Amino acid sequence: MSKTLFEKIWDKHVVSAIKDGPSVFYIDRHFIHEVTSPQAFNGLNKRGIKVFRPQQTIATADHNVPTLNQHLPIQEEQSRMQVEALIKNCTAHGVELYGLGHPYQGIVHVIGPELGITQPGMTIVCGDSHTSTHGAFGSIAFGIGTSEVEMVLSTQCLLQTKPKLMRITVDGILKKGVVSKDIVLYILSKISASGATGYAVEFAGAAIRSLSMEARMTICNMSIEMGARCGMIAPDETTYAYIKGRKFAPEGVEWDKKLTYWKTLFSDVDAVFDKEYHFDAADISPMITFGTNPGMGIPITGTIPTKDTVTETDRNGLEQSLRYMGLESGNPILGQKIDYVFIGSCTNSRIEDLRMVANFVKGKRKASNVEVWVVPGSKQVEQQAIQEGIDKIFEEAGFILRQPGCSACLGMNEDKIPQGKYCISTSNRNFEGRQGVGARTLLASPLSAAAAAVTGVVSDIREWLN
Amino acid sequence: MAKKLDIIQSHFVPLPVENIDTDQIIPARFLKATTKEGFGKNLFRDWRYRNNDEAQPIKDFVLNNPLYTGSILVAGKNFGCGSSREHAAWAIADYGFNVVVSSFFADIFKNNALNNGILPVTVSERFLQQIFELSNEALLRINLFDQTIMIGSTGASESFDINPYKKTCLMNGYDDIDYLLSMKDKIQQYEMPITKSLNQLG
Ligand code: SF4
Repeated sequence: MSKTLFEKIWDKHVVSAIKDGPSVFYIDRHFIHEVTSPQAFNGLNKRGIKVFRPQQTIATADHNVPTLNQHLPIQEEQSRMQVEALIKNCTAHGVELYGLGHPYQGIVHVIGPELGITQPGMTIVCGDSHTSTHGAFGSIAFGIGTSEVEMVLSTQCLLQTKPKLMRITVDGILKKGVVSKDIVLYILSKISASGATGYAVEFAGAAIRSLSMEARMTICNMSIEMGARCGMIAPDETTYAYIKGRKFAPEGVEWDKKLTYWKTLFSDVDAVFDKEYHFDAADISPMITFGTNPGMGIPITGTIPTKDTVTETDRNGLEQSLRYMGLESGNPILGQKIDYVFIGSCTNSRIEDLRMVANFVKGKRKASNVEVWVVPGSKQVEQQAIQEGIDKIFEEAGFILRQPGCSACLGMNEDKIPQGKYCISTSNRNFEGRQGVGARTLLASPLSAAAAAVTGVVSDIREWLN
Repeated sequence: MAKKLDIIQSHFVPLPVENIDTDQIIPARFLKATTKEGFGKNLFRDWRYRNNDEAQPIKDFVLNNPLYTGSILVAGKNFGCGSSREHAAWAIADYGFNVVVSSFFADIFKNNALNNGILPVTVSERFLQQIFELSNEALLRINLFDQTIMIGSTGASESFDINPYKKTCLMNGYDDIDYLLSMKDKIQQYEMPITKSLNQLG
């Protein structure tokens, strides 16, 4: 019987099916961080049990950490307590922790792939919705709540109901200046922020195949922004080449064995999806959001929608959104003044993203009205950037290269965008207050963010490319 | 063990906004606690107070309107999207809601709600609009056993879906962890052939 990629992995991980209920679903890898794990460990302690398979759990501190002076004790008391609780819990339960100061520390969805922990065919969860990132390797990877973190810690299993299946195919060739972030913002603008709720989404097609692993991760990362349970891309030569030689990648015979298995991981030609979308890469321009959900995106040269031009789902929210954003229907977004530029988050903080930005800003200076924060996704990314001299390029441009963490992606640590200020951000969410109380977020690609950093206003990167 | 749910009859708090994300339900800066209690006071924090100041409640926000009470929250489509933070469910429960009604729920939120003894009731868009048109004095009656929701004053009712397993859990106050722990042998059996390669990183 023909199967989709999702079904092949799903079927292998069902331990037992409850009649009329969910399945007991086995989890291969579990990532934890300081914010969504303490209550789960409390639960275990209350029951008097230990982590069931500590070797399959990996911890890091990322959400709540400062991104300057990480060698000093964390100033903010509650943040410090959360990080300390993580250390204590990991020690007590024998869980590997890449905490602050560790050479592998970083945003959980950046370090998993970069250490070769994330592999095709796996089931991967984390108490963070952007766990979908790991699906770029052809795995089933999704975010869970803290009760579920407790379930995985105590039994390495979850109760799961099989989602419906969707395939989004992007064929054709990307135009100059258009990168994977634009693809995903484009898809979001077409299918809306709830367009894939209840579905596991497979991204396919020539345009997706042509992408590097890092670019694929950006797309799967934001599948949660469509409401998807998870996003995934079938593994191929690009995937294998990325994994090979990484810290926890299989070696020798083990590699051959795994590779043979990985090569079976694709949707069979006649596999059936519950829903399909097709897009043409040639239709995609650099994208930017104007509103307060990630589905509210337009081409960077477009105009801010009016009640009549906006999609059905966004109509009700449009007015409130624009009021919050201080923007007006019918106006172009190009030229909109920017106060902050944030290049970071698990969407766009990998070395390729930093290289892309460095390439563009080399020899240029940031505009005087903007503050630019570049936050590497991990210690390894930071080190690599320094080795390649990218830190110097940023310094000369007036950009600040900070230390690894979630930073201004979520307004939880010290890095917040002030009330009313505009921030062009490479992160994934533009919700009200996401980057700080009253902060106004415009989501875009690292390239568009870099262009805005140099001009101080929303700018079309293509103007520099010809 | 959570509280058992069966029949809930209550006034409701209407929030006719679509795509309410968990960052609105509970902003990230309040996620620093290491316990589950006390999140209710920061529920919808930035919609409730001006300048993040409890002394400056925003009058037209429904939680600040004493006319609206009850243990049922009724919200627009795609409720609970965004971040997976279970703190959103904790905040809703801690505030005193045990039912959320919407025409559409985001996946993770739905799971989180069910895991915390909150019943998510999905109704049709039309029924949702009918509820929004009711006065603050109207009552909603939810019967979990029959899987129905009824508007007290008009008698209009609709049935809703819930996974039978989850329904049993909610009605009996069971939780998933109890169930999974009872499955340990089976899990170990499943692991047997793969344990070797999985139990080490890489
Ligand atoms: S960078 Fe942002 S989206 Fe990614 S894990 Fe951190 S907080 Fe979540």
